[in-house]
Amino acid sequence: MPRVFITGIGIISAIGFDAGEVYQSLRNGRSGVGKLTLIDSVYQDEIPVAEIKANLQELMRIATPKINGYYTRNALLGLIAARQAVWQAALDRETLRDTALISGTTVGGMDRSEGFIKGYLAGTNKGMIRQVSGHDCGDSTEKIAENLGIKGYMATLNTACSSSANAIMMGARLIKQGKAKKAVAGGVDCLTRFTLNGFNSLMILDRAQCRPFDENRNGLNLGEGSAFVVLESEDDVVRTGKTPLAEVGGYGNACDAYHQTASSPEGHGAFLSMQKALDMAHLSPADISYINTHGTGTKNNDLSEGVAIERLYGNNVPPCSSTKSFTGHTLAAAGAIEAVISTLAIQNNCLFPNLNYSEQMHELTFVPIQKYRPEFPLTHVMSNSFGFGGNNSSLIFSRI
Amino acid sequence: MEQLIAKLKNEIIEVLNLTEMTPESIDENAPLFVEGLGLDSIDALELIVLLEKKYGLKLSTADEGKTVLKSVRSMAEFIRANNKG
Amino acid sequence: MIAYIRGAAVLSPQKTFTKPGFPDEIIHYPDSAFLKCLEPNYRDYIDPMVARRMSRVVKMGVCAALQCMKDTGIDMPDGIIAGTGLGCLEDTGKFLVSIYANEEKLLNPTPFIQSTHNTVAGAIALAIKCHHYNATYTHRGFSFENALQDALMQLSDNPSLHILAGGFDELTDHSYTLTKRLGLWKNHAVDNFSLYDDHSRGSLPGEGVAFFMLGGQKGTHDFARLVSMKTLFEPDVKDNGTNITRFLREAGTGIEQVDLVILGNSGDDKYDRIYDPLTEGVLANKPCAAYKYLCGEYDTSASFALYMASLILKYQKLPEHSLIRGKCPEHINRILLYNHLRAKNHSLYLLERC
Repeated sequence: MPRVFITGIGIISAIGFDAGEVYQSLRNGRSGVGKLTLIDSVYQDEIPVAEIKANLQELMRIATPKINGYYTRNALLGLIAARQAVWQAALDRETLRDTALISGTTVGGMDRSEGFIKGYLAGTNKGMIRQVSGHDCGDSTEKIAENLGIKGYMATLNTACSSSANAIMMGARLIKQGKAKKAVAGGVDCLTRFTLNGFNSLMILDRAQCRPFDENRNGLNLGEGSAFVVLESEDDVVRTGKTPLAEVGGYGNACDAYHQTASSPEGHGAFLSMQKALDMAHLSPADISYINTHGTGTKNNDLSEGVAIERLYGNNVPPCSSTKSFTGHTLAAAGAIEAVISTLAIQNNCLFPNLNYSEQMHELTFVPIQKYRPEFPLTHVMSNSFGFGGNNSSLIFSRI
Repeated sequence: MEQLIAKLKNEIIEVLNLTEMTPESIDENAPLFVEGLGLDSIDALELIVLLEKKYGLKLSTADEGKTVLKSVRSMAEFIRANNKG
Repeated sequence: MIAYIRGAAVLSPQKTFTKPGFPDEIIHYPDSAFLKCLEPNYRDYIDPMVARRMSRVVKMGVCAALQCMKDTGIDMPDGIIAGTGLGCLEDTGKFLVSIYANEEKLLNPTPFIQSTHNTVAGAIALAIKCHHYNATYTHRGFSFENALQDALMQLSDNPSLHILAGGFDELTDHSYTLTKRLGLWKNHAVDNFSLYDDHSRGSLPGEGVAFFMLGGQKGTHDFARLVSMKTLFEPDVKDNGTNITRFLREAGTGIEQVDLVILGNSGDDKYDRIYDPLTEGVLANKPCAAYKYLCGEYDTSASFALYMASLILKYQKLPEHSLIRGKCPEHINRILLYNHLRAKNHSLYLLERC
């Protein structure tokens, strides 16, 4: 089966409007977590989020969609990130016609639908019905496809917080099985009142900046963003003389099957997805140079993930960090955003820190990276994304 | 107190959608979580919302939640202690 | 990429879940604005302490999955993959309404938890403690096909696997009202048996849940063999004929070998017209059947069609009123299924008798 390489990356998040800005924020410890300004909510002053400081008009200006239509925040963010990746990979119009597009999202067009619902509740014939036309998860994917001229195989996943990790996995699988020559894979999720209130009702939102893997962690910070990678087969890369950024070395998808929202105390699903990824990549735990953890900062995830990491890596847990302390938890986009961050780490041979950490978790023996560390050669990076419903995915990115 | 316990049982059945249960089938002294009724973390959240919505009582810490939500009786006693029932 | 359909369980507006039932018994809806599923007794399948939290569509999904596993004797599939266009709408609506009704305060978390699209696949895995591959796709009229494609790729990699793949979509009061305002549905109630004589705009909304147990190796009681499946995004109408020919050629066959064509005519004149050049062109001499008059229009309706096609191949008979063109063939060994959802999402399936 052919090897799969990343030849382009695109990202927009609270810590940067492209990969360059994101990298600078990461190395300078600049978190994107702050005050909620763009959504009307009673929690504006109470719940910090990692918001992209651009409203819809500003995003329209950046995205400059060529196709007329009704654009949700998700569609615009996705288009911005996907186009960056496609541009870096130098995919022309003809190539894009045969390229696959796989995206992951949980909120879909909810940013627009939830605005509509207020009027609708006053009278079912009220409100601008067009506002719900982009509600479904497939809308942003199709808007990206239409604008970039992508006509190959198309799919959208929603496996909660592991959606875009699964999208990248599917993109790689399509290429390995010869079902596609190239794939644009990633995901997007924007902040919405729906998710803000949803996570708040679960009492897992920190009222301060999140502290992944800290003994006194108190929940997650929601974030928003989009990231996409261009995947190509080794043959295509060699033929075109491109310089790939990293290899998708392995991946694993497993189900925790413990509870609808909580992860099992022994991190069974997490252990399985990490093990599967290693097996697929023909690697052993000792080969992993860095783990970009799911690390949301919730009591439950970090314990479950931490226990699973120790089960798998024993006494040799590699350096690890949760970059959600920078980007917030971007839900479906997390897997892809962290894939781009992992690629940046490999490209720059560095370790990104886990912010806001001070006290080790009593149950664990390892400690996350606390300071940015340049000149740290990385060979294989593992990236974890674990979602509600027990949808656990792990990806391995490798230096070429 | 017994009246409050009876009222609480009905409210618990309603908010947790325990359609197969009757107030008589719930033992007010039995544990609500893990054993007894076998409720889980989502049910705990729903009960916390119930206490605040119906009785104006806010639980400040997870530990307080563990004590207050131990059984129907402990919930009733918490409500009574705060002069709300 | 071949898959064998070991069995299936379907909840729909027809008697697909009960035996005897579909296709021998067809339910006539003489005056309906929409079609809703017939529901089983959930208590027969799900512990009430577990079911209490589940919305209607989640209960239907779990029931169908459990029945499918029971029917096929495979109680631990190697993967669970679901597809849904709109997900768990009832709980999405409930939580949204509560945000406004309560001004964001003291919200019940249960509807939020149950509103996520992957709740069904997650609930099935939880019910049987399945730690294997689990995914949910949600892409409009490709949602079910995405799930199938994933399953087919896994079976291609390892034919000894069994994958449980399905599609589900529900129609709620709010979703009906909103999609009606978007102009998707008929303005009047219809007789489903005369759906294709209507020639007006809009289709008949429906809903359904279907789970299939797929295997990569031939079994002893398979319903049908799924030879090939393909999706096309916004193809040029003029290319539709060549797309079909190419699809069949890539599957190692041709239109001459196809005995029956099942089309996704929905009763919406604007979109059904897309099938006309085909029935006059490449499909000119083929008997054609329709299925949406039985289940209505919804994003994952092709899952109902796949089930219907499998039954036709196994039992060699067509449901009443399904034939919209030509005569019923004597032997049905090969079926071509072609559906599109409002001209954007087109899908082609080739099935063979086992």
